[in-house]
Amino acid sequence: MTEPIVRVTDLHKYFGHLHVLRGVDLEVGRGEAVMIIGRSGSGKTTLLRCINFLAEPTLGAVEVDGLRVEADPLGRRGRQHRGEIRQIRLRAGMLFQEFNLFPHMSVLQNLIEAPVRVRGLARDEAVALAERYLAKVGLMDKRDEYPARLSGGQKQRTAIARALCMEPKVLMFDEPTSALDPELIGEVLNVMEDLAHEGTTMIVVTHEMHFAREAADRVVFMEEGQIVEQGPPERVLDDPQDARTKQFLRRFLEVGTVPGHEEQPGHVHKHEGDPGHRHAAGEPAAWDAQTPR
Amino acid sequence: MARFSELTGPTVPAEPEVVTRIDAGQRRRRFWFRVQFVLVWVVLIGLLVGALWASDKIDPSFIGTWAPFILAGAGLTIIICAGSIVLATGLALVGAIARLSPNPIIYSVASLYVSIVRGTPLLVQIFFIYFALPQLGIVLPALPAGIIALGFNYGAYMTEIFRAGIQAVPRGQREAAEALAMPEGLVMRRIVMPQAIRIVVPAIGNEFIAMIKDSALVSTISVTELLWRASSVGNQNFRTLETLLIAALVYWLLTMVFSLFQERLERRMARSDR
Repeated sequence: MTEPIVRVTDLHKYFGHLHVLRGVDLEVGRGEAVMIIGRSGSGKTTLLRCINFLAEPTLGAVEVDGLRVEADPLGRRGRQHRGEIRQIRLRAGMLFQEFNLFPHMSVLQNLIEAPVRVRGLARDEAVALAERYLAKVGLMDKRDEYPARLSGGQKQRTAIARALCMEPKVLMFDEPTSALDPELIGEVLNVMEDLAHEGTTMIVVTHEMHFAREAADRVVFMEEGQIVEQGPPERVLDDPQDARTKQFLRRFLEVGTVPGHEEQPGHVHKHEGDPGHRHAAGEPAAWDAQTPR
Repeated sequence: MARFSELTGPTVPAEPEVVTRIDAGQRRRRFWFRVQFVLVWVVLIGLLVGALWASDKIDPSFIGTWAPFILAGAGLTIIICAGSIVLATGLALVGAIARLSPNPIIYSVASLYVSIVRGTPLLVQIFFIYFALPQLGIVLPALPAGIIALGFNYGAYMTEIFRAGIQAVPRGQREAAEALAMPEGLVMRRIVMPQAIRIVVPAIGNEFIAMIKDSALVSTISVTELLWRASSVGNQNFRTLETLLIAALVYWLLTMVFSLFQERLERRMARSDR
C-alpha cells in the first residue's frame, strides 16, 4: 500500500451502553478505493461518521492526511477539538444516502457555498471550480436548477460534485445508491467508478457487490463492529476465508438481498445488461432528458 | 411530452382530442368557481348594506363628516403593526435559538420569557408597561409602550413557532453542511434558518394577522389609532354603529391585503422548494 491518507486506530463507539464499533483499525492509502460491506447494523455507517466526527468516537483516534485527532467524547478539549474536526472535514468529504442537497439553493449555489464561505475562494474562482465538477458528473445543463427539479440520480451526482468542490483528500460514501430507484443507480455508480479509476481516494459503504468487484482496490467486511476480513475484491468476494464472511456472501448470493435489506430484491447482477450503466459520465443518459414533474 | 414521443418513436398515436377537452373543462370549472365566489360575496355584502340602509338608522351625513377622521387612524394602526412585527420577529429569532441552546442559562432565560408572556393577558401587559412601569421611574409614551407590549407578546408566541420550524428542518441538512466543514454559526445562518423560515411562513402570517387585530387593544392607553378614533367619535355622538362599522371594515381590509401578500410570498417560495 502507498502511504496512508486515512488511518483509524483502535476506534470504539458506544451509543449509550450499546457497543457499536469494537476496536476498528483501518488504513487507506492514497488513491485507494476501499469498499466496506457487511450486514445492516454491523457498524459500517458509524465508522464513516466517526472518521469525520459527525459522530464523536468514544475511544481511539482518526488521522486524515497527517492530522491526527483523538476521540474527545466528554468535550474536554472544547473549541480546539472543534477546530481540528473542521480541519478533518476539509480533508474528508462525505456523501449521504439521502443526498442532502440544500433545497433552497440552486445546484450552482449548493456547489459554491462552502468553497466561498469555508475555503475562502473568490466567487468566480468557486464558480469555475463548480462548473468543472458539474461537467465531470455530466450535469452542466442543471447548473441553475433547484434540487427539487432533479431526479434522485442527478441529486446524488450533484452531491458528489459539491463534495469535490472542497477538493478533499478522501471521499466517503455512505450507501450512496440505497435511496435510488433501480434504474438510476447506474449513473451514480458510473461517476464513482470514474473517480476511482482516476485515483480518487475513496471509502465506500455499499451493498452493490457488483460495483465493489469492479471498482474496489480492497474490500473490507465488517461484522458486529469489527473488521473481520479484508483484501482484494476477488479474494474477499470469491474466496472468503472467515466463516462470517462466507455466510454473509452465501446469503447474499442465494437470496439476492442483503440480510436486513430484504426490501431490495434482485440486487446482485443488476448492472449486467443495464444499458445505462456503461455510458460515459459526461454524456447524458436517456433519462436525463426527462425532468421529473 | 415531445421528448417522450421522440424516445418511443412513431408507434405512439397522436394525442387524442379528449385530452384537450379535459384540460379545457378543468379550466372552465376553475373560472366559474371564481365567478361564483365573487358573486356570492357581492350579494351577501350587498344584502347586509341594503338592510342597514333600509333600517334608516344609518346617518350618511354623519359618516361623511367623521369617516376621514377615523380613517386617518389607520395610518397609526399600520405603524403600530409594522413596529411590533419587526420587534416580535427579532425577539422570536433570538428566542428560538436560545430555546434550542444547550447552555442552561440561555435556555432558562428564554423559557421564562415565553412562559410569563404566554401566561398573562395581553391587556395586562399593555397596562403594565404604560401604567405600572412609570411607578418604577420608567415612563414611556403611549405609542412606543403599545408597540413594545405587542412586540413582546407576539415575540413569545413566535419564538415557539420558529423553534418548531428550526426543528422541522431535516437533520441531514445540518449534517451535510457540517460535513462540508461549515462552522456552527454558518450552518445556522445559511442552511437551517432559511429553510426554517420557509416552513414557518404560513404560521407566522397567521400571527401577523392576529396582531393587526390585537393592535386595537392599544386604544386603551389612548394611542389615537383606528379603534380609539372610532369609539371616541361614536361615544361623543351616540352613533357607535357607524363608527365601529368603519373601524371593522378597515381592519378587515388590512388583514385581507396582508393575506394576499402572504399568499404571494408562499407561492414564490414554493417555486424553489423541495
